[in-house]
Order: sequence, then C-alpha cells, then structure tokens
Amino acid sequence: MKSGIVSYGAYIPRYRIKIEEIAKVWGDNPNSIIDGLMVYEKSVPDMDEDTITIAVEAARNAVNRANVNPEKIGAVFTGSESHPYAVKPTSTIVAEAIGATPNLTAADFEFACKAGTAAMQACVGMTESDMIELGLAIGADVSQGAPGDALEYTAAAGGVAYIIGKENILAKIESTYSFTTDTPDFWRREGKPYPEHGGRFTGEPGYFKHVTSAARGLMERMGTKPSDYKYAIFHQPNGKFPTRVAKMLGFSGEQIKPGLVVSRLGNTYSGSCMMGLAATLDIAKPGDRIFMTAFGSGAGSDAFSFSVTDRIDETRNGAPSVEELLANPIYVDYATYAKHKGKIKL
Amino acid sequence: MTVARFWRRLKNLYNLIGTHCEKCGEYHYPPRNLCPKCRRSSRTVPFKFKGLGEVVTYTIIHSSTKDFEKQTPYILAIIKLNEGPHLTSQVICDHKDIHIGMKVRSAFRKLGEESDKGMLYYGTKFVPLVRG
Repeated sequence: MKSGIVSYGAYIPRYRIKIEEIAKVWGDNPNSIIDGLMVYEKSVPDMDEDTITIAVEAARNAVNRANVNPEKIGAVFTGSESHPYAVKPTSTIVAEAIGATPNLTAADFEFACKAGTAAMQACVGMTESDMIELGLAIGADVSQGAPGDALEYTAAAGGVAYIIGKENILAKIESTYSFTTDTPDFWRREGKPYPEHGGRFTGEPGYFKHVTSAARGLMERMGTKPSDYKYAIFHQPNGKFPTRVAKMLGFSGEQIKPGLVVSRLGNTYSGSCMMGLAATLDIAKPGDRIFMTAFGSGAGSDAFSFSVTDRIDETRNGAPSVEELLANPIYVDYATYAKHKGKIKL
Repeated sequence: MTVARFWRRLKNLYNLIGTHCEKCGEYHYPPRNLCPKCRRSSRTVPFKFKGLGEVVTYTIIHSSTKDFEKQTPYILAIIKLNEGPHLTSQVICDHKDIHIGMKVRSAFRKLGEESDKGMLYYGTKFVPLVRG
C-alpha cells in the first residue's frame, strides 16, 4: 500500500467538567467512578459548538499543519453519531469552510465510535485506486449521555481530521483490516436525543471480541507481533477497556501511554481512537511503527498499522498538538454543562 | 435570516473573504464591488483574510435580541484585522480576559438557527490567539 497520512489536525473545546461535579448531582461515589473508568474529567462543547464546528476546526488544523492545498482534496467524509442535521451533510459544510469545493465528493459516515476510521479506510481505497489525490477523513462528536446514565461520565466533545494521500506522507499506512458483526450493544433510535446501551453486554461480546479479533487479524495478515510496534492505540470509551485489551493482546502500558488521552478528555466517540493516534503522532519519531484498533458499537473494529516517515518532523509544529489543546481548560459546574449540552429544555 | 440570504453570504461568513483594491491597496470586509476610494477606476479582486487581528473596543451584552438571549451575557467587539478592515463580531473568551488590544484569531462557530426545525447558520467568530 502506498497511501498514508499526509497531515492531521485535532480540535478540543476549552471547557471541562470534573467527574466529582457530575457524581455530586446524581449522588454517586466519585472515587469509585474514577477508579472504575480511569477518567477524571471530560470536555464540554461551548454553546455555539457542535460536530460541524469541531470538524471544521480539526480540518483547518490538518490543512494548516502540512500546508495542504485544499483544492486537491477530492473527498471529504465525516464520521459522527451527532451530526447536527439528520438530512444535510456535515461534510459539505466542512468542504466549503476549508475551501475544497466544488470538485470533490462528500458524504457523512455513521458507525458509533468508529465512523471516523471507516472514513479513513474509504479515503485509502480512493487514493490507492487513483480516483482522488487527497482524501479528508474526520471523526468528530459532541456525544450524548442521558442525565444520570453511566455514559454521562464520559460522553465528551472533540474531533480529529486526517488527510490521506500518496505523496509527502508523514506516516505510511502499511495495512488495514476490519472485523464486523451484527451485535446490538449500543444504539440510538431516530429522533431520540440519547443512546441506549446493553450495560455490561457492551464489554465482552462488543468491545473486547471485536477489538481483539481485528487486532489479531491484522497482525496475522502482516506477520507482525506487538513488540514490532513502538506505540499502540485502542478505542478508549474509558481508561479501563483499552488498558485491559492492550494487555490481552500483549502490548505494554508504555506502548499505549502517549495515546491514552481519555482520562483528561473523556470519550470523543468518532474522534476517540483518532485522537489517541494524533497524540501519538505528536511525539512519534521517524521509523516508529504505530498500531491502532478502533471500535464502533453495532459492532465492528478497524485495525491499522502505520510506519512514521521523516516528514513527521517537518509538520510537527504546523498545528496545535493534542497536549496544547488539552492545556488550560475552563472548568464548568453541572448547571453550565447542562446548558451547553442543551439538556435544559425551555 | 432567510435561507437564500444566508446562502448568498455563506462564503464570506465561513471564511473572511473580502476584497482588495489593486489600484490603491486597500482591503475591504465585507466585500465591495467598488473601492470607496477609487470609485469608477477601482480594481477590486476577492481576498481571503488570514483571520488574525486585535480587539479595538468591546461591550458585554446582557440584554439581547430574542435570537441571542440564550447566549447572554456575551462579548461583542470591533476587531481590526491585521490587513486593515474593521468588523463587528462576538469574541468567545472568559469575560475577565477581554481587553482592548487583545490578539484574536477567527474561529468557526454556530451563529444561530432559523428555528428548532429550521436551518443552522455557521460562520466566523473570534477567540483569543494562543499560538503566534
């Protein structure tokens, strides 16, 4: 495969809410939640931020990082489960806002938390077949968690954009492999504001089965093993799942540490695994190999193997790093958070 | 704002696309068909501003029109773009941080919505400049 990542950009809203603040409202023990989820705080969108604004900011950072000519982008795909419109693409607005229109194709993707990596795979297919020169794949969400539901402790906001192409790549995509089944572990019906989930059922038959199957499938296909990789990223709905699945697969705590941003960010759903990859690329050096496996409920996993090139150093400072975006948060109380998330209906 | 009116202004709202008069060198935002200085002899071309500028003056709106009442109190400022033009925009930051001379950058934000089932309007606001 000749395709790889030409550039990438992330965006995280400034606001955060601490787990203690949410637990206080619902009478839960914050320490047991923090210990159980390994999440301390999560990002909160501003009143005027949604999946579209987050996707645009991430895409602009990706364009700026490597000084990409947006007119060369032939496809814009945005993965999210919180597209502001039910009918009217997020991707057309992103394409217009970055100056990529009109000579391109665009579509919105939805596959719970892995819609963004599915968009990456679609871009790889189009660049490999020379249908397009560059493709833009975005994972962005202002994820929903019903008041009082366990999801409310982690459902966060953020987005990441990857520009895929064959030339001037900062990381080569060595291979990708997916594992998909019909597993109803998490869903949101049309018109409903909050998702439903299968509780503990989301773990073994959902997350762990699909992540391990995709990860092992890719390594078997490539003939690689965990020790061949410097870093690894797994979908991070909380801190516990990726830590456990890494251990199950034979990856160490050191390999997943740079990409494990969920503790300070929460679960950015379609942006989750891609945010971990961005944080890892921020510190990666030429020659490093990176393993990534995303998971989306419903359910499926996309595994990727990357090899970082010399170009990474040239693009390092072209856009904010994930660490810069996580710095200097503004903490809000539950009432402000509820107002920002539109949970208060007037 | 009607759908057609928003659609006509969309390119200038999403990105700060104004005009540049190649005869006198002036920059304009919003775009102008004619340079007000050069009049009939003006040579205006589209120009995309970098989106960097500083706060010339500001006010904090506590009593707004109906469309913005959920956002009150909010900061409304006159921004001087680095290329010269002045424009009025919201600045999104902590109210204790806003000051005259504050360096800002453009950001893509939701401007409003027609109704709960109508279209959403997006465009440019300003946020503090963190990176130089």
